[in-house]
Amino acid sequence: MGKSLFQKVWDAHSVRELPNGQTQLLIGTHLIHEVTSPQAFGMLRERGIPVRFPHRTFATVDHIVPTNEVAEPYSDPLAQAMIEELRKNCADHGITFFDTNTGHQGIVHIVGPEQGITQPGTTIACGDSHTSTHGAFGAIAFGIGTSQVRDVLATQTIALNPLKVRRINVDGELAPGVYAKDVILHIIRLLGTKGGTGFAYEYGGSVFDGFSMEERMTVCNMSIEGGARVGYVNPDETTVEYLEGRPYAPKGAAWDHAAERWLSFASDPDCDYDDVVNIRAEDIAPTVTWGITPGQAVFIHENIPSPDDGETESARESISEALEHMSFAGGEPIKGIPVDVAFLGSCTNGRLSDLKEVARFLEGHKVNPRVKAICVPGSQAVGKIAEELGLDRIFKEAGFEWRAAGCSMCLAMNPDKLIGNQLCASSSNRNFKGRQGSPTGRTILMSPLMVAAAAVTGEIADAREVFGILEPAGV
Amino acid sequence: MALENIHLVRGRAVHVPGDDIDTDRIIPARFMKCVTFDGLGEYLFYDTRHTPDGEKKDHPLNDPRFDGASILISGNNFGCGSSREHAPQAIYRAGFRAVIAESFAEIFFGNSIQLGMPCVTADAADLRELAAAVRADPSMTVEIDVKDRVVRFGGEEIPCGLRDGARQSLLEGHWDPIQDLLEGVPEVEALASGLEYMRA
Repeated sequence: MGKSLFQKVWDAHSVRELPNGQTQLLIGTHLIHEVTSPQAFGMLRERGIPVRFPHRTFATVDHIVPTNEVAEPYSDPLAQAMIEELRKNCADHGITFFDTNTGHQGIVHIVGPEQGITQPGTTIACGDSHTSTHGAFGAIAFGIGTSQVRDVLATQTIALNPLKVRRINVDGELAPGVYAKDVILHIIRLLGTKGGTGFAYEYGGSVFDGFSMEERMTVCNMSIEGGARVGYVNPDETTVEYLEGRPYAPKGAAWDHAAERWLSFASDPDCDYDDVVNIRAEDIAPTVTWGITPGQAVFIHENIPSPDDGETESARESISEALEHMSFAGGEPIKGIPVDVAFLGSCTNGRLSDLKEVARFLEGHKVNPRVKAICVPGSQAVGKIAEELGLDRIFKEAGFEWRAAGCSMCLAMNPDKLIGNQLCASSSNRNFKGRQGSPTGRTILMSPLMVAAAAVTGEIADAREVFGILEPAGV
Repeated sequence: MALENIHLVRGRAVHVPGDDIDTDRIIPARFMKCVTFDGLGEYLFYDTRHTPDGEKKDHPLNDPRFDGASILISGNNFGCGSSREHAPQAIYRAGFRAVIAESFAEIFFGNSIQLGMPCVTADAADLRELAAAVRADPSMTVEIDVKDRVVRFGGEEIPCGLRDGARQSLLEGHWDPIQDLLEGVPEVEALASGLEYMRA
């Protein structure tokens, strides 16, 4: 019997069994940011424990950085205090910090891959649930709490139970205008927001074979929205090609050896999965959320559900609660709902390929005057290349604000927030109540091009119609 | 530093109904602009407890009959969303010492156990019965027996779920693993030296 990638990486990083039966698991790569690390450093100081492997922790600042002001001190003294605390902790412990003046700052899940820090066959942890993003490279990557950030700093390990593995095959061909974001929203809609609890999701099939690394990252990123702490894609030539020449990728003779070793981590063809799910690519259409969990989603041509559509009492209550928050009646089309804000960015969809794809269609269009549209590159590097390609000009001419790198309006720990009950067409990952900074704010998750379509029309729209993308027959 | 062995959690309870109560709801992100966890308890469920103007709304945690409750009861997929330990920290610092729900999101569950705050599951019908009993008599004592995996209240007893590793960690005082992890450091160094990508 062969082994899955999960088992191979788990076995290679298992230190020993702990007294409570859990595994002491080596975390090869630790990423930190300003929100969930300061208390961990504080706990180390209290106990007088040093950072054990400082060269295996990498830091950046993303959640609290303003995207509309660059000079420090920031207008928000709390944000200023947090960036300074991280700076000091990194300096005190000899940790590499991709600070705002390095040209390499950005959302932690965009910085790791673009630096080549994220590599196949490794374990990666970060005090952020979207760490699952790094699984796109065939790493076992997951979010941890702050006490575990302390554990990693102190010992480079955490206590963990192994996960089961669910293989999710998406085979066939996605129709034009259907993106990686639609694939993951569809998977969550099918399997539910807690369907992945206890599982690592292994994504495969012809759609993933053909996906770029950035598309794979979009899907792995939202594994946690489906309840799966870990999501990954087996490494292949696409993975190796992406990493070649990156700052932290092996060089010279070490490179050839590394590439070969990386590919050996891929799941064996005869490995045994705990569960297998098969999805046809042709069944997926552009998908948007209508409620307050990422699983409450419909295709763009479908109607918003009514409470009567719930199969159980608690499902009916959940639909009612979501409709009430969203101010929807239930039963009406999702298409045509007016939007106030369009947000393009985040660790889900703030990469260069996202901006390029939108710019390709946006040129020559104008943002509806009643919509506030912002485009936030996921990292300084993404922003710089986008500017070299002239994408910033396309966004600005269309009426988008062009911003500096950060998490921005995905979670609004910075000045980018919804106001009152504004409705936001968002390329981010969570539509929870209050997620975008206003307790009554409303979020509809969708692909970047659908965000652009909403910005241009001022309402939830089908990007394929707005931008003249031909639909093949049958979808 | 030896940790407390947690066999039983006893106290009064409060029911916060709903499924998919996410970490943003438990502690809105704007309250995480801090470098310590001190004071987070005050902001627990802030946006569901207050109007946008800061007025208190009708919410079980604003109801004086449930003041001092130390056991939180909720629904399915409790604690879904982010990995922020601020969520269980806010619950703990608001005085809670255990949560009973139909199911828990995984990262939230692990973070809570690591604080020594048991999170036990119960099936929907039992939870409804427990919640009704608590609403009828807020002064009633609820007892979570970690060892026997049962919840007792008002002469009733319902089974509850708690996975073996977590149960053992609580019972034997290993819920915060830092000491055990530190003891393994020589083996960690040996394993790390064999992994090419971990060499300095």
